[in-house]
This record gives sequence, structure tokens and C-alpha cells, in this order.
Amino acid sequence: MTRLIVGPFNRVEGDLEVRLDVADGAVRRAEVVSPMYRGFENLLRGRDPMDALVIVPRICGICSVSQSLAAARALAALAGVAPPPNGQLALNLLAATENAADHLTHFYAFFMPDFARPVYAGRPWHAEALRRHAAEHGEQTRRAIAARARWFELVGVLGGRWPHTHSLQPGGSSRAIDAAERLRLLARVREFRAWLEHHLVGAPLEQLTALPDAPALQAWGQGGTGGDLRLFLAIAADAGLASLGRGPGRALSVGAFPDAQGRPALAPGWWAEGQPLQPLSLDRLTEDATHAWLADAGGPRHPAHGLTQPVADKPEAYTWNKAPRLAGQTAETGAVARQLVDGQPLVADLARRHGITVLVRVVARVVELARLVPLMEAWLQALVPREPFAVPLVLPAEGAAVGLNEAARGALGHWLRVEGGRLAHYQIVAPTSWNFSPRDGRGQPGPLEQALEGTPVQPGEATPVAVQHVVRSFDPCMVCTVH
Amino acid sequence: MIDVLWLQSGGCGGCSMSLLCADGADFPGLLAASGVRLLWHPSLSMASGDEVLALLDDCRAGRVAVDVLCVEGAILRGPGGSGRFHLQAGSGRPMMDWVQELAAVARHVVAVGSCAAWGGVSAAGANVTEACGMQHENARPGGLLGADFRARGGLPVVNVAGCPTHPGWVIDTLAALAADALHADDLDPLARPRFFADQLVHHGCTRNEYYEFKASAEKPGDLGCMMEHLGCKGTQAHADCNTRLWNGQGSCTRGGYACISCTEPGFQDPGHGFHRTPKLAGIPIGLPTDMPKAWFVALASLSKSATPRRVRSNATADHLVVPPAIKPTRLK
Repeated sequence: MTRLIVGPFNRVEGDLEVRLDVADGAVRRAEVVSPMYRGFENLLRGRDPMDALVIVPRICGICSVSQSLAAARALAALAGVAPPPNGQLALNLLAATENAADHLTHFYAFFMPDFARPVYAGRPWHAEALRRHAAEHGEQTRRAIAARARWFELVGVLGGRWPHTHSLQPGGSSRAIDAAERLRLLARVREFRAWLEHHLVGAPLEQLTALPDAPALQAWGQGGTGGDLRLFLAIAADAGLASLGRGPGRALSVGAFPDAQGRPALAPGWWAEGQPLQPLSLDRLTEDATHAWLADAGGPRHPAHGLTQPVADKPEAYTWNKAPRLAGQTAETGAVARQLVDGQPLVADLARRHGITVLVRVVARVVELARLVPLMEAWLQALVPREPFAVPLVLPAEGAAVGLNEAARGALGHWLRVEGGRLAHYQIVAPTSWNFSPRDGRGQPGPLEQALEGTPVQPGEATPVAVQHVVRSFDPCMVCTVH
Repeated sequence: MIDVLWLQSGGCGGCSMSLLCADGADFPGLLAASGVRLLWHPSLSMASGDEVLALLDDCRAGRVAVDVLCVEGAILRGPGGSGRFHLQAGSGRPMMDWVQELAAVARHVVAVGSCAAWGGVSAAGANVTEACGMQHENARPGGLLGADFRARGGLPVVNVAGCPTHPGWVIDTLAALAADALHADDLDPLARPRFFADQLVHHGCTRNEYYEFKASAEKPGDLGCMMEHLGCKGTQAHADCNTRLWNGQGSCTRGGYACISCTEPGFQDPGHGFHRTPKLAGIPIGLPTDMPKAWFVALASLSKSATPRRVRSNATADHLVVPPAIKPTRLK
């Protein structure tokens, strides 16, 4: 048995280390380490509750709007208000802009460059991968960064700036969109659609989302030549990504993008391999700090009563991250979870055949991107200029509430309590807290820890490339993870 | 060409994400055209794991020259000065130590964002993590490297403050360093590049007509001036946010919310709710920079009494309710 300590992991958000026990050319055991602690939950206590709208986006520079939205929803729930239809649409548009940008960034800037590595020099697709997807300088890497910058100009109009956008308010949006702006935004979304159809998908977005199953995807991939998705599918078939990095086979989503009546465009729920979809209840959600450098007296706690208390000297600990569990079980979260829970046929069929693996996570992200753009077009069509974008807010001096939201990387929850008009309690469970959780008190590994078991390691590899594929397939956000 | 090494510590990564929003058709092309080459950047570069540690070793030992060390995020010195709140992944060593060693060999050191400059949000409240900036702790000189630190090129740590930083501020700073065009007198007393720090957020604010008449917004989304009630510090905050816009056409005030002066040391703990203007006897405590209080009070009461109906009505609406009158004759 050899021990590899792998880090710093770049092309992920934040700091990540992975410790691997390797034997017979494969990972036998993995420990995922979040090596940085900032303590946001504690620094929020004692502050004016509205300060959360300024502080929480700064947990994360890549999921900033998602953090804002979770806080805004918690404060809205506390006050018993809901945004008016325009406000709801504006918040959805902001969240979807960030979500789509994150998926684009992940595919082009974070995930694909690994196929340009010299280790793949003998593969028939390598020259093309190098040309298109080399880190920083690949032709498509450069185009995608430019497309992303232009895409984020949507937020310039919808919310002033990104990241750390304070227009997301409990009562709606502080930025009313006028009639001309609505049309300009719509044109910009259509411009992005054209980019995706030309560069990423190589076909109309609806053609991809209408594919019913894995054979149809395979036939579609081989039946055309355009688009970076087709190159990815060819690489995936050759590199065995369909069977690489299989997770725990459970996934959850809290649901995303509610309409004016509160009905989400993407349903909430619980998915488990081979079982019918289940409704989601967070009553039995706990965070287990056994292997975190945090106090764990009293055992696992529901975030409504959670505790974040650093204990730097704790022999059994190896990370700052807690281990979220639902009814004691691990679960994956993210685009793949959202699409599975929502019953998207192609992603569901892929997961039925392979489980949730590197291939399925990446395809689910592209499918979601292709679904987001038409949703955004519809939301922009539905905006009614000169109607209100926000309702007034009066916060009670006492009370407790939760705000849930699907960030690009998955389920995000903020649990807060207000006493005497100040924040008395704030707990955050972030998407990568789930995906990159450590072992719990029962020794159950977190989703990535499980997914890494069996991952091949070539002789002489210090930072195994297959491990990098598995890790990056989750699109981790480490700054959110520990917060 | 200058070689730039970029490290992240106690922050959110948002300054890097903001940097990638830089205006232009080709970001790597923009860097190259500005005379900048990345030795390594956490979000962009190929190298991972052992490859990065080898590069950092080479930099530390002088085998690879570092023209500019960019640090993003606060330095987490806790618990108890041990730096264990942030161990550099893969190395088992506090990031604090890496940064100190690399700063000693770099020709220039740039703090990217308010966390790296002053401590920022990472240092909020009780500051349990003992977060500080590279050469400041809030407004107090010192920080990780000490008040007397000068990089090999002779400059103190250059503070490209902001939460996040504007991508243009970072690009312009690096381009100036590459052109050997950033000198001590190009920095303000807080070591921020003057090209953005000698402006006020107030300059170019689209709400200036409301400001002139003290026609004030009362709730988020209102079109009026946000200084009187909603906590806006745009008349005091040093930055060019309303003349060099964000993400195309945006800024905080254009997004319908107050400037929280995120380029200023200590902005994270204003001593009042961010969304509320602190007042004494009905007068905002934070008056516009360079304006004597008596004058402000006199002008405010005069301008309030002279506010046109249009300006007053629009100030508390989220869209224009009274358009400007069309004059019956040619403009004079």
C-alpha cells in the first residue's frame, strides 16, 4: 500500500487535498481534505439579519448569487413575504445566469483541459483535445472564457455586478427591468444560445434535450461532427469515463426556479439507484463532525441546532468540512441530481446503466445548460415592465427560518434564527459539503471518497490523471464547502 | 513580459472569477497584450498537485523568477498564530509561510482584493481566524509582511482593493508593472493604485440628480439617492465604479443597492447595518468626502426645499413615473 497526498488541486474553486491509499494500480481508500477554515457561520452571529445579504455572497466567488438567494429566501420566510411575479423571475434569471456560467466554466476551463495532458499523447483524439481544450490557451478554452464574460453582462443589467450582487432581496429584486432592457436581455440570451449550439452542442439545444436514452446519445454523437460535446463523448468512450468514479448511487435536490405560484421548474426530491423517486424531507438531515476539526459533542446535529466550533487538535479529524447525511445516508448533489430527480429521460437512462459516474455528471451538466437557456427565454418573455419587482419587508425581532436553493453545484441551505433583532444562529450546508464530505461516525465515506475507490493509478503517477477526472467531475467548490 | 504567480488564501476566489469577466474578446490574448504571462493561476493553469509544489519550490529557491506575486484572500494566521486555519493543500504547511517566502523573492507583490489588502470580510467580527492583509490589518500598517516591507522592486505591497476587485483594476495594475510604469507616487497613502483610487464611486453615479436635491430612496429598488437612508457610501468610497462600469453596464448603485465602500479598509464592520444610514440628529454621520458639515446641512435643506416634483416622485418609485418636461421652445 502506497500513500499519495495530492494537492493543491487547481481548476476547482478553493483549496483541496486528496489523500489516497493505493495498491495494485488502484485507489483503495480516499480521504478528502478541505484545508481552509474561515468561520462565516460564527461571524454572522450578533449582526443585523439584513447584513447576511452582504456577508454570505462573500462565502464564494463562484456561487455568490446562490448564497445570496439562500439568505434572501431565509429572510423572506422569516418575514412571511414572497417576491411578486417580476421579482421571482428576476431572481430566477440571476440564479440561472450564474448556474449556466458555472457549467460553461466547468466544462471548458476546469474539466476538459486534463484531456490535453501528455499522458494521453498516444490517443487518436489527443491532438484535437490539445488544440481545442488546452488549459488557458486552447482555442475553445479562450472562446468560452470570452463567452462567459459576455454572458455575465446579463448580471450587469439584472443586478449591477457579479460576483457579490446585492440586488437579491427577500422581497424580490432591487433592480427593476424596463421594457427596452427586457428586449436587450432576451437578445443576449439568444446570442448565448447560438454560441452553445455552434460550439458546445453542435445542434439545436432542443435536439440534445429530446434524446431519450443512452443509445440515442451514442448515435447522435457518432452521427455528426460539430460541437465540443461530441468530442467529449468520443473521449469518454475511449477513456472509459462511463464506469469511472461511481458515487454512492443516491442523489438529492431541493428543487429550483420557482414560478410565481412557487412551483419549481426543476422538482425537488430524492433519487436512489433502482428505486422510485421519493419526496425530499430535510427533517432527518444531520451534519456529523466526527472527522472534522470541529467540536462534535452531542453527535450529529440538524443544522437548525448545528454548531461550528474549531478544535484544531483532534486526532481523528482530517478536514474542516462536516459530513451532511440524510437519514444517515450520503448523497450526491448537483446538476446530475437535479436532472435525475426531475426525471430528465437521457440522464435517467445513463444513470440506470452506469450509476452516477464521470460521464453521467458531465453530460447532465450540458443537458442542464441546454434546458436553462429556454427557461430563461421564457422568464424574460414573462416579465411585465412597470409592475413591481419587490414587495416591502418588515423583519420580526424573533424567529427562525430556512432558505433553500439549488446552486450550480447542488443543494444549498441556510438555517438562521433571530433573537432581539440580531442573528443568533446561522448554519450553512453547501453542495460540496455533501459531495466532498468526510467519513461520518459510522465510518461511511463521503460521495467523492467512495467514488475514488477503485480509480486506476498508473505507475509513477504522483497526481493520477484518473483521480483528477473523478474529482473535477463533481465541479467542487471548496470555499463554499467549509465556509 | 512579466511572469505572474497567483496564490489564493483566506478568501472566496471571487477576485479571480471577476478577473475572468475582463472586457475583451480573448482573455489570454488580453494578458499577453498587457505584457503578462501566468506562471500559475489556480483557476486557469494546467499544473496540479506535485507539478505545482515543484514550481513553488523552484520559485522559492530562485530557480524560477517571480516578477509579480499576486495574493488573493486574507492571510489566516490562526489558531494561535499557527496558520493551521489554512494549510496549503498537498504541502502540509501553512499558506502564511508560503506567502512570506515567496514575497521575499518576488520583484513586486500585489494584494488582489480587500481580503488580501486589509483582511476584509475574512477578518469580520471577532476575527477568530486571525485574518489580516498582506501589509495591513484593516487600516493599520503591518499585516503579514510588516509596515517596512518593500518588495525587491522597491514598492510596498500594491493594494488592488475591492470586494471583489474590478477586472480592469487588476489588468491595469499588472500592465503598468509590466511596462515599469507603476511607481511609489502612483499609489495613494493606502498603497492603492491612484488610477482607480483617486476617484469616488459618486463620480458618474446615475442618481446624481437625486443627490443634488436630496431626493432619497426609501426602500430597495427606489430610484432616488441612497445616501440619506439606505447606507450608500458612494460619496466617500474611493473607486471608479460608476465611470468604469462592471459587467458591461453595471455598478452597485445602478443595481439598485448602496455602495458599501468595499475598497476601504474595515468596510466589513461598519458599526451599523449595511443597508441603513447612521445618523445623528437626522443628519448622516458619513458626509461626502471633502465637504464641511455646516455646508452640507445648509445645502441639503436648501436643495430639499427646491426639489422638483418629478425628482421627488421618481425618487421613491422603482421606475420612472414622471418624465422630464419637454420644453416648448428650443433649449437655451
